[in-house]
Amino acid sequence: MDIPYLTSLVIFLPTVGALLTLLLRRASAIRWTALATTTGTFALSIVLFLGYDPAVSTAGAPQLMDISAAWFPDAIDVKYFVGVDGLSILLILLTTLLGPIVVLSSWTYIDAKEKGYYALLLLLQTGITGVFASFDLILFYVFFELTLIPMYFIIGVWGGENRIYAAIKFVLYTLVGSLLMLVAILYLGYEAAAVDPGHVFTTDWYTLLEYNIPADTQTWLFALFALSFAIKVPLFPLHTWLPDAHVQAPTGGSVILAGVLLKMGTYGLVRFCLPLFPNAAQSWAFALAALAVVGIIYGALVARAQPDAKKLVAYSSVSHLGFVVLGIFAFTTEAMQGAVIQMVNHGISTGALFLLVGMLYERRHTRRMNDYGGLATSVPILSTLMVFSVLASAGLPGLNGFVGEFLILLGSFKSTVLDSVALVALATTGVILAAVYLLYMVYELFFGELTDPANANLADVNAREFVLMAPLVLLMLVMGFFPQPFLKQTAPATTFLLDTIEEKHAAVEAMEAPPTADDAAREALPVAPPEAAEVTLDPDDLRSFDPDR
Amino acid sequence: MDSELLVRLILLLPLFGAVVNGLGPLFVEQMRTREGWIGTLGTAVVVVPFALTAYLFATFDGTPVVVDFFTWMEAGDLSLQFSYLVDELSLIMTLVVTGVGGVIHLYSTGYMHGDSGYWRFFAYLNLFIFAMLNLVLANNLPVLFLGWEGVGLCSYLLIGFWYTDLSNSAAANKAFIVNRIGDFAFLMAMFLLFSQLGSLDFDVLLAEGPQLSQDVLNWTVLLLFIGATGKSAQIPLFVWLPDAMAGPTPVSALIHAATMVTSGLYLLARMSELVLAAEIVMAVIAIVGALTAIMAATIAITQNDIKKVLAYSTVSQLGYMFMAAGVGAFFVSIFHVLTHAFFKGCLFLGSGSVIHSMEHVEHELEAEGHDVSDFDPQDMRTMGGLQQYMPSTGWTYFIATLAISGIPLLAGFFSKDEILFKAFEYGFVGGANYAWFVWGVGVITAALTAFYMARSYYLTFLGEPRWPDADTVHAHESSASMTIPLWILAGGSAVTGYLGLPAVIADGKLNWIHHYLGADYGGPVAEPSLAGHVPLALEWGLIGLSSGIAVGVFLYARSAYLATGVAFDETLSARFGGLYQTWSDTYYWDDFYDNVVVDSLINGLARRGLAPFDGRVVDGIVNGVAGAAQVGSGLLRRLQTGVVQNYALALVLGVVLVIGLMVFGG
Repeated sequence: MDIPYLTSLVIFLPTVGALLTLLLRRASAIRWTALATTTGTFALSIVLFLGYDPAVSTAGAPQLMDISAAWFPDAIDVKYFVGVDGLSILLILLTTLLGPIVVLSSWTYIDAKEKGYYALLLLLQTGITGVFASFDLILFYVFFELTLIPMYFIIGVWGGENRIYAAIKFVLYTLVGSLLMLVAILYLGYEAAAVDPGHVFTTDWYTLLEYNIPADTQTWLFALFALSFAIKVPLFPLHTWLPDAHVQAPTGGSVILAGVLLKMGTYGLVRFCLPLFPNAAQSWAFALAALAVVGIIYGALVARAQPDAKKLVAYSSVSHLGFVVLGIFAFTTEAMQGAVIQMVNHGISTGALFLLVGMLYERRHTRRMNDYGGLATSVPILSTLMVFSVLASAGLPGLNGFVGEFLILLGSFKSTVLDSVALVALATTGVILAAVYLLYMVYELFFGELTDPANANLADVNAREFVLMAPLVLLMLVMGFFPQPFLKQTAPATTFLLDTIEEKHAAVEAMEAPPTADDAAREALPVAPPEAAEVTLDPDDLRSFDPDR
Repeated sequence: MDSELLVRLILLLPLFGAVVNGLGPLFVEQMRTREGWIGTLGTAVVVVPFALTAYLFATFDGTPVVVDFFTWMEAGDLSLQFSYLVDELSLIMTLVVTGVGGVIHLYSTGYMHGDSGYWRFFAYLNLFIFAMLNLVLANNLPVLFLGWEGVGLCSYLLIGFWYTDLSNSAAANKAFIVNRIGDFAFLMAMFLLFSQLGSLDFDVLLAEGPQLSQDVLNWTVLLLFIGATGKSAQIPLFVWLPDAMAGPTPVSALIHAATMVTSGLYLLARMSELVLAAEIVMAVIAIVGALTAIMAATIAITQNDIKKVLAYSTVSQLGYMFMAAGVGAFFVSIFHVLTHAFFKGCLFLGSGSVIHSMEHVEHELEAEGHDVSDFDPQDMRTMGGLQQYMPSTGWTYFIATLAISGIPLLAGFFSKDEILFKAFEYGFVGGANYAWFVWGVGVITAALTAFYMARSYYLTFLGEPRWPDADTVHAHESSASMTIPLWILAGGSAVTGYLGLPAVIADGKLNWIHHYLGADYGGPVAEPSLAGHVPLALEWGLIGLSSGIAVGVFLYARSAYLATGVAFDETLSARFGGLYQTWSDTYYWDDFYDNVVVDSLINGLARRGLAPFDGRVVDGIVNGVAGAAQVGSGLLRRLQTGVVQNYALALVLGVVLVIGLMVFGG
């Protein structure tokens, strides 16, 4: 199917839906509109997915692009530039998939001010999809900040007792980071113009990719970008906004938060920090990977100490995303592909865990694990779903979590950038610790005698809840046994990314290396024009040299 | 028939059973009580694969068959298929898994009758078979690991099967987590191998692995062995296995005796090329195995729970298998896996039959108005004299007891003797000093084995019944669906030893299992090359020694427990004093884990350390910064007085400052 402006449609259809809900009065009409919009968007994103051809991505160009003219022609090259590539396609799909799931999960959970809630939810989806689809840094920044506002209200209005504190903390914390990133983006735009006299200020990702920025400058820019993303991930020790936000947010908010919002951080690292500042990224790799590993262990241990099921799952995110960051900074294909697929996996399994904890909360209005016990008898289907999601989250082979973790650890072990067996060994202990805190949660919630009558009379999952869980559970299984169709989407883009990093890294090193006697000697000789080195191996060209033709 | 199709069926049928038995009744409540359907399907999906495997086995021509299902994952250098391998080693293991597994499924149809979780039980058990088949048929390490963790999952689900009792669930958690510690090492081994060889397929690993540097080889084998100590319950990771007896007895027989716990040995046998190249680690393997064997055997003497005796006995027997692996006799460790599957499976199922019967006694006593709150149907001290009530259970238990005790001409005699002989040979011919130690410990452990097994049999089945009102309240034999499996396994306990006749007979030419598995005869299991051999007379002497010890000790225990019954334990306790106490307190391993590991890690580090640290320090700093900003902005706010004169003053001061800087600053 050839739908014009498809990428933009996927981004902005939810906004249209949001505007539509504003016109409606009845809560049920609002819910159905939200469901229809998100489902329609998901369907469109499937079309997008089918239209995307991973094999083309070897050249690194995004596909299905929608590009406007520069907003300020001649002087400033900032424009509306969206598209998809192997790094973003799966995350876009995940975002649009979680859309209808979150709407369904809020169906009865949100019983006041529905209009505002669903409108914000839809707007939030536009923001997140936009983040993953932007290839202009200013546009990216706009979408990045756009996600803050709806999330602020979702937590602040529909959240728990301490919602205002959590909402303000969430916004301020992430704002600090993103404002610094804005400074860095502006600097980068000017720097690009300065490096190449023919150019103007630009924030076009694809153009910026061609510049080699001096290592010193890279360090500062990298630090500002990385700080912003590290807060978003969140990387230890910048994580404390997360448990507060999760615990206070309504279920739907938590699912979005854990499922895709945090991935904006890890995605940003991959999309911008690595290819734009390859030298800085490699020199900082060990430090960031070490923080990630601290986060894996620390998050797991703190999770184990939580009496609150939702907080436990929140801390598990700190632990799990540590794996992703480790994989990103390993600079190997295996680890990078693992990191990209693990972003999706984490969204699925942690999203499922938040949904299930939310279902329990809706029934019993408590998140304290002590208040439960023996639920396996009263709600067997819910228990089965939870155990399944827990196993996926704990990285059981055959379910999705294993694929990502395995590739990340496998690739980090052989990483020459990290070059640390100890780091990977410590990270791998996360596999043990995940079992510790997750099985403990299952133990507290589901096993034992049903002593409390309030627990004995709980209703098992209803049809709506089953429908919203089913796709996630199926995906855990499918992506566990058949991850290859998904890995295939990301492979060329990952290879391109790592090759680009490698090339640029070497180029900057060569640029800055003090001239040696060798260089002097070489300069004395006539050299081939630099263009010759840039000949790409086009299969068609090669064929023309074929003597048999 | 097409062997690829057969492999697919063998693997997928149990999965099919698990899905149907699991999902159907979960959603359709009426199906949960359809025991006939569930049990038949559950058993059929294991028995049919057994028949198919038997066909494969009979028609196997010595050429390994590789069956690729589909690509699992590809990334960078990694290219991983769902790939399966049929060779001599995987055939034997598959036969054991589906054969003994099928028998135990049949037994379970009777044992679990009336349990409200009947459907769940068969779903888990079928899933276990699927995972175990992945483990033994895998053609690369990750698929093996999939099975490895899969059996761990099923073990977790089945130990905690009766989840309303939290102690069962706690035992399940312990099993899973301790196994994960081993799995951590397994993962590290895979990462290391991959970083060196760029592949995890067996053919690459076994062909190129031995050429790796000695350091890499030592680390790899050590890590694999640590992985094996988790699954196969060796020091220091054995602690989960005795607790695992919380699961239904068929589970103890199938998973925690016959199959899953032997997967560590399978792993070492599969990787035997690499293990042989890491001599130092072989010594570690053998010594850990020997220490585990004697430690668990001494603990078994002091246990009163019939299943706990068998659990520690399993740990001990697994130790024997590691001794064999540690002296390079991998095929012998698989031989012992095979014989052990029969006699230990038989013993566990027998104990299940006994427990059923004692539960029946408990109910009758309760009906007669007795207080049964202290009655433990697994405690041997309340049993006795069961042979007269349950002859099939008694006889089969007796046969299996003789077999495990190493009484000549039964299965355990051949396989255990072969282990001892190989250890002796490795010291005598191979010149490895640790082998002498291993041999010595093995002989002592053989004596202990005969003792605790005789004790178990005589306390349970002979003497007078020790439960109250034994004159009127009788025990009963179990149904045929339970006794038939007992007789099948007892038969195996009697005859499977003849698959590996010792070297003294026809110069080893009748040692079928050696010829089938050993690399010397083209099999997949590597063997050390030893120059020379143990003299024939000495071999006969060794056989005589171990036979004599087994028979002697067995008869001694028999007379002691027949004469004084339970009271003989007190005699032992008095004679060995503190040593006996150490045994009965399981060498304080559980205390160590509970108090030191769990308590310090969870309660100390996590609960009292990191969680408050996270709130007060990490978050405290964040809130501190925010607070400082608030204070700072509060101060700045005071500057905004709204009085125009103040602003004018500031303006003038600023102008003066700037002019001053321009004039004097240059």
